[in-house]
Amino acid sequence: MNKPATPNSFRTGPDENGHFGIFGGRYVAETLMPNILELEQAYKDAKADPEFAAELAHLNKHYTGRPSPLYFAERMTEHLGGAKIYFKRDELNHTGSHKINNCLGQILLAKRMGKKRIIAETGAGQHGVASATVAARFGFPCVVYMGKTDVERQSPNVFRMKLLGADIVPVTAGAGTLKDAMNEALRDWVTNVEDTYYLIGTAAGPHPYPELVRDFQSVIGNETREQLMEAEGRAPDMLVAAVGGGSNAIGLFHPFLDDKDVQIVGVEAGGLGLKGKEHCASLTAGRPGVLHGNRTYLLQDDDGQIFEGHSISAGLDYPGIGPEHSYLKETGRVEYVPIMDNEALEAFQLLCRIEGIIPALEPSHALAEVVKRAPKMGKDQIIVMNLCGRGDKDVFTVGKALGFNL
Amino acid sequence: MKKTRIDTRFAELKEKGRPALVTFVMAGDPDYQTSLDIISGLPAAGADLIEVGMPFSDPMADGPAIQKAGQRALANGQTLKKTLKLVGEFRKVDKTTPIVLMGYYNPIYNMGVEVFIKKAKSVGVDGLIIVDLPPEADDELCLPAMEADISFIRLTTPTTDDKRLPTVLNNTSGFVYYVSITGITGAAAPDPKKVAASVAHIKAKTDLPVAVGFGVRTAEQAEAIGRGADGVVVGSAIVSVLEASLNKKGEATAKTVKNVLKLVKELAKGVAKAGS
Repeated sequence: MNKPATPNSFRTGPDENGHFGIFGGRYVAETLMPNILELEQAYKDAKADPEFAAELAHLNKHYTGRPSPLYFAERMTEHLGGAKIYFKRDELNHTGSHKINNCLGQILLAKRMGKKRIIAETGAGQHGVASATVAARFGFPCVVYMGKTDVERQSPNVFRMKLLGADIVPVTAGAGTLKDAMNEALRDWVTNVEDTYYLIGTAAGPHPYPELVRDFQSVIGNETREQLMEAEGRAPDMLVAAVGGGSNAIGLFHPFLDDKDVQIVGVEAGGLGLKGKEHCASLTAGRPGVLHGNRTYLLQDDDGQIFEGHSISAGLDYPGIGPEHSYLKETGRVEYVPIMDNEALEAFQLLCRIEGIIPALEPSHALAEVVKRAPKMGKDQIIVMNLCGRGDKDVFTVGKALGFNL
Repeated sequence: MKKTRIDTRFAELKEKGRPALVTFVMAGDPDYQTSLDIISGLPAAGADLIEVGMPFSDPMADGPAIQKAGQRALANGQTLKKTLKLVGEFRKVDKTTPIVLMGYYNPIYNMGVEVFIKKAKSVGVDGLIIVDLPPEADDELCLPAMEADISFIRLTTPTTDDKRLPTVLNNTSGFVYYVSITGITGAAAPDPKKVAASVAHIKAKTDLPVAVGFGVRTAEQAEAIGRGADGVVVGSAIVSVLEASLNKKGEATAKTVKNVLKLVKELAKGVAKAGS
C-alpha cells in the first residue's frame, strides 16, 4: 500500500464520517445506525458542555485517584544502563488499569443519553471490571460478555465483576476470546438497541467509539506531558506502550503526535512467533479489512476470514487494532513492533525484582521493548512507558507458565 | 440500472397476486455438494428467490442457527470463490430464479470489490445484501454493484425512523428487506399486524417490493406475514432443519436435502394461501 503524504497534523482525525485516512468508518448493521448517530451527537454535545468535563475531572481525581504518578524508575534505569526510564503508573488507578478512564467518560454519556442498561465485552477482564465498577457507581444493571476461554484463565476478575453486581455471560462461539465476546455484545446491542448503552473497552469499533475512547484516555498523555515538564523540564525522547485494541497506547501517544522529536513505539503481542497463527500482531503481520464496525489492520486468511489470535496476555488477544493506530502505522508516525510471550514473561519478572512492581502482562510487553531500546540510548535521553495495568490478575497465568503449582 | 431477474420475478408474482417466498441457504453447509443440491432443488420446491449466505468467521448480526451453519461451511473449506462457483453451477440449470448473495463485507473487500463484482456478474448473481454496509458506506460496494446492474438490497428495521428511511431507501434496488424485529436472525416471531403496518409505511415511500424476514418459521407465519408484504424471507428455520438432519459428525445424510425441500414446500403453501 502507498504511504500517504505526511499531514500537517496527526491529531485532526477522525473526519466527519469517522475516518482516519482510509481507516475507521461505520460498518454496522442498519439496526445500529440510528444509535451510533445518536451517540455521535450526544458526544458532540457533551464535549461542548463544561459541566460534563468538570464532572469527569472530579471523578478522575476523587474516584480513580488521578493524576497517576509519573515515576522515575531509578533501579531499572541503572540496570539497563542507558536512557532514563519513567513509568506512567496507570496501574495505580482504582480497578487497577487505565480502563477506568474510558469507563467513567462513557458512563456519563450513557447517563446523559438516558440509557437504562450497560453492556460490555472483555478479554482480560480489566475492562469488564471497570465497566462493572462504573455501572455499580451509577446504579446501572450491567451485562459483561466474556469468551469462555478467558473466563477460565481470568477467574479472579470474573469474581470481581460478580461482586460488583454484573452478570457475566461466557461466550462459547469461536475460540471463546475477546473477538467472540465483542460479536456477542454486538448481537445483544442489535437486540436491545433502544435502552442499552454499549460500553466498548478499546479505541476500536464503529465511529465515534475510536474517537471518544481516545479522548477519554488522552488524560494519560496530557498528564505525562505536564509531569515530565515538572520533573525534567522537557518532553520525552520516546514513548512506549502495549497495543491490543490500542486504548492505553493512543491515550499516551495522542497528545504527543505532533511533537516531531518524540519517537513513538507501539508494542504488539508476538505470541509464540509471527510465522503461524499464534500471535496478535495485526499491524506487523496483518492487512487491512473490515471487522467490528471499522476498517483496520486484521489478522485474516486468504479468504478474509478472521483468525482468533493468541497471546499469553488476554488483554492483547485481539486480531484487530484501533483504526487510528492503522493510520499512524501507514503514515509512519508510530513504529509498531512485536514482543513474544517469553520476552514479556521475562520483563514481567524483571520489574517485580528490580522495582517491586508486579505489572500486568500487557505492559510487560511494552517493558520488554524498553529493555531492548534503553541500553542503546544516551543517559541524557528519556523514555516514558505506560504501565497501564497491575499484575494481580495475571499471577496465576504467570505461575502456570513458570511451572509453579498455585 | 437495467431490469434484473429480481425485478422480473416480483412483477410476475404481482400479476399472480401472491407474495414471494425468499429462502436462505448457507453456501457450503454442511458441504459444497449438499448445498448445491439443496439450492438446485429450491425452485421446484416453491422458492421464488434464493438468498445464498457467504460464510464469515464473525457474523455479528446472526443468531446461533446461522452462526453454526457458517462455521460448518468454513470448516469444510467453503470460501467466497467457491460460493461464486456454486452460483455459476446453479445458473447452468436455472436461468430465471434470482440469486441474492448475503453476508458481510470483509471477504469481498479482501477479494477486491472490482474482481468480486466482475465474477458475481459473470456467474449470474442478481443482488447483494451486505449486513455491515450501511448507506454511509455506499461508495464501497453499493454504487459499483449498481453500475454493473447488480441490485443492492438494503435492510430496514424497526429502528429506521422517518428521518432515516429516505437515506436507507436511496440507492436501494431490487427489493427492500424489512427486518421485522430488532435483533439477530432466528429470534422471536414478529407480530403480523405490526409488520403489515410497517410495510405499508415503507411502501408509501418507495415503489420497490418489500419483503419481510427475521423470525418467520412456519407455513402459518409465512401466510400471515405474506398477507401484508410482497415477500417473506425464511432463513434460520431452513438452516435449523438442515442441522437436525446431520449425523453426529455434522455430515449430510440421506435426509438432509429431502427435509429442507419438504419444509420449503410447506412454506410455499403458506405463501400461496396469502395470495388467495
